[in-house]
Amino acid sequence: MTPASPASINAGSANGFRSASFDYTSYFFTGITGLAVALILTMLFVLLGTILANGWPSLSWRFITANPQKDFFEPASAGVLPMIVGTSVRVILMTIFVIPVGVITAIYLTEYAHASSLSTRVIRGAVNNLAGVPSIVFGLFGAGFFVHFVGKSMDGFIYGAAGTKVWGQECLLWASMTLAVMTLPVVIVATEESLRAILPGLREASLALGATKLQTIVRIVVPQALPGIMTGGILAVGRAAGEVAPILFTGAAYYMADLPKSLSNQFMDLGYHVFILSTQSPDIEKTRTTLYATVLVLLLLTFALNFVAVLIRSKIRRQMRAAH
Amino acid sequence: MGIHRGHKARPLEWVAEKLIFAISLSAILMVFLIFLFVAREAWPIFTGSMNSAAIQPVLQASDTAKLKPEVLQSYLGLTKAGFTAMDRESIQALMEVRQAAMDELPASVRSDKDANLNTVSWKYLIQPHQWTGYDKPEYIWQPISTINKYNIIPLVIGSIKASLVALAFSVPLALGAAIYVSQLARPALKEWLKPAIEMLAGIPSVVVGSFAYIFLATVLQKFLGYESRLNALLAGVALGFAIIPVVFSIAEDALTSVPRAYTQAALALGASKWKAAWQIGLPAAIPGVFAAVVLGFGRAIGETMIVLLASGNASIVSWSVFDSTRTMTATIAAEMAEAVFGGNHYRILFLIGALLFVVTFFSNLAGDLIIHRLKAKMEGKV
Repeated sequence: MTPASPASINAGSANGFRSASFDYTSYFFTGITGLAVALILTMLFVLLGTILANGWPSLSWRFITANPQKDFFEPASAGVLPMIVGTSVRVILMTIFVIPVGVITAIYLTEYAHASSLSTRVIRGAVNNLAGVPSIVFGLFGAGFFVHFVGKSMDGFIYGAAGTKVWGQECLLWASMTLAVMTLPVVIVATEESLRAILPGLREASLALGATKLQTIVRIVVPQALPGIMTGGILAVGRAAGEVAPILFTGAAYYMADLPKSLSNQFMDLGYHVFILSTQSPDIEKTRTTLYATVLVLLLLTFALNFVAVLIRSKIRRQMRAAH
Repeated sequence: MGIHRGHKARPLEWVAEKLIFAISLSAILMVFLIFLFVAREAWPIFTGSMNSAAIQPVLQASDTAKLKPEVLQSYLGLTKAGFTAMDRESIQALMEVRQAAMDELPASVRSDKDANLNTVSWKYLIQPHQWTGYDKPEYIWQPISTINKYNIIPLVIGSIKASLVALAFSVPLALGAAIYVSQLARPALKEWLKPAIEMLAGIPSVVVGSFAYIFLATVLQKFLGYESRLNALLAGVALGFAIIPVVFSIAEDALTSVPRAYTQAALALGASKWKAAWQIGLPAAIPGVFAAVVLGFGRAIGETMIVLLASGNASIVSWSVFDSTRTMTATIAAEMAEAVFGGNHYRILFLIGALLFVVTFFSNLAGDLIIHRLKAKMEGKV
């Protein structure tokens, strides 16, 4: 298996660290681990390359701005405008819900709580756990809690027992809220990181000038951490934009002739549409080009968002390095 | 942080602090609510109060007036509010519909001894049973048929099988890459290798799934020549795209957190870079590597869209990786839409969800504990 001679292997294991005249094993294993890196990068490039090569030719302005017909498996009646709108609206709504809660939690963890206190440890444990809950379980939770519990109670409260169904069904609002719960850890972790990067001297100077703790946080700490908070938001959006499982039973629609008009409407979604195109098509060969183009749109959207987040983050890091 | 002024004396400050604390508890609340509401829908299965037998006892519609309201309410499966909102005629009508439905059962079902079984009781959920027409006891998941069979063992085996294939494929790769990037690569190379590998994590799982479904499946089948185009092997390889960045990141972190003095001492004693990494760096970071594998498993077993697209979704009990497989996550995603709200199938799917939550909860807990201990040890706190 190894190209190394038996002698050099024996020398290596028997003498511990003393290197033989030419250490074949060392080169061999460095090569093996390097190969692992190369293989992973190959996987990445094959995936991106296949999608780009197949999707790019059929990506047109018409495709991006067209409303699909009911038989969207036919290339001629395909289009992704309502999916782009649906996905964008649900992630924007999600950001509105998740940012305040996430930022305030991060502020508590960095500015108020003692690092070793029980509440900090439990909150941190919960955040870690939330990050690991399977996305389909978020979908079940969204259906069981938001749609059937909160939504139905709201309907009962607003419209009485007559049984008008407005909020007690799958819709934009519940899909965004489910995603907000899912991305809460992303925002908390990113915000915490940027809050910790702020020099303690800034806080001390503010307090020394007579500002209260709350004033210091609102006027000094949070503005300094703003780029980091934005990064957290963008990372959350990048994560949520491509998620399908949490919205399957909370709001995504198979087909809708019109764009959603209210928060209580269902919506079409880019990721869900990719799934539909892959599995429901009567003729996969015919749908293939549409499928690749739709995947490419989704990929470009999520990568663009992640790329912006990486840029902002590296800019913050550079500023910090300059400041220290 | 370190400085505490007498802000407690100011009422507004005090209120703000308490408010911030209250909001920061929302993460805990959410974990609690997720478990509560997923388990709530599955609860009647736990307690055995659901009955899925095809042949149900029938109360005569003509006896409606004689029966007690509580008996009627539970017989018709109504909530208390729903029951009181109904008038006498609609209850009578419901009773007649119920009776007619039972009368219309085909004779083949009526004569089937399985039609009397409550297939959602624990016995039939996890133990094999010899159904009519089978020549030996088997684990069957067939939620939509004349006799609905809800044995979850095929799904559990499917999930474990796909996750194990994914780990077998991705752990060696991710670990090798982590060793290379953290210990062997030049700093300039490391600078762009790490984000490049972590880019994999940014690819939505539905994209990986459809890539596996329309491209990778064909390529793998051509190379390996197996029968079923979509199978556990393909699902495992596709899952690798999602698992590799997770395992890589955590293992790389653990390896980097080993104090440089350790490996530098080895290098000073004449060890090659590889030996310093293999015999000093890796053993010191081994708990972190273990945590990476545990968290990778948690991620693999919870991944939905990739396995839904790539695994073939046939609920067969088999450990062969070339057979089509149905996982727990894919089952929930595929069947939830057609399950009747509050029905047996619906509740079983929530039961599977609760099971998934518990499994990932403990694998995350274990992984985090191990990492926490390792970090403390490396920083010399223990």
